[in-house]
Amino acid sequence: MTAQEYAFITVAVIGSISAVAVVTARNVVHAALYLVVTLSTVGITFLLLGAEFVGWVQILIYVGAIVILFLFGLMLTKAPIGRDTLDNQQRWLGAVVGLAIFVGLVSLVNRAFPFSDTGATPALPGTTGVVGDELFRHYVLPFEAVSFLLLAALIGAIVLARKEEGD
Amino acid sequence: MIRLPMVLVFAALLFSAGVYGVLARRNAVMVLMAIELMLNAVNVNLVAFASYLQDMTGQIFSLFVISVAAAEVGIGLAIVILLFRNRASINVDEVSLLKW
Repeated sequence: MTAQEYAFITVAVIGSISAVAVVTARNVVHAALYLVVTLSTVGITFLLLGAEFVGWVQILIYVGAIVILFLFGLMLTKAPIGRDTLDNQQRWLGAVVGLAIFVGLVSLVNRAFPFSDTGATPALPGTTGVVGDELFRHYVLPFEAVSFLLLAALIGAIVLARKEEGD
Repeated sequence: MIRLPMVLVFAALLFSAGVYGVLARRNAVMVLMAIELMLNAVNVNLVAFASYLQDMTGQIFSLFVISVAAAEVGIGLAIVILLFRNRASINVDEVSLLKW
């Protein structure tokens, strides 16, 4: 076990607990705040894996922008509080399906990459320079497509959410 | 130097929490949050395999996933606000106008 693995286990335990709290919290604002913790731990995981640029993008875009959007959405829709209004009647069925997917994925991972396997690869340094080099050398067209998609989503969101004249 | 299976188990837990959230929540904003959890699980897998295979493609692809997720949240919340304005409720099981 290396120091990075101990750090990762700590971060992953915090992230897992708050991920479960996101989907079980009775207060919507608490769920959004738990989401901040989970997304930050995912960002720290990226940093520990060496993906420096993706880690900071995760923290900037997710924690900085997407969670703020969620909080605006919650405030504008006056969401009610309480288990009966937040969850539907298939809660237990959902828990069974979620648990089955978790057990299935873990057994699949164990079969493909055994937990007893001690070989670890060194982290791949994903600094801004390396990522930008790769992005603009091989993925220019997808990059432009994504920028067009973001523009379309921006215009679409404005058109959908604005009030009509005379409303 | 983090072993791959540990990261994959973390991602599996995030994904199954997201699946539970999508199935169990009535509030549309909470469903969107659970979808974000699932997308994050995918990103964790992509970055972990990028490190495992020593290939930058995984990290690049996770950047694309992050931008598409941002677009999805923007449109999704606009639809939720429109829904609230028209029906005064964002419970997904009450939005059955198009259901046969």
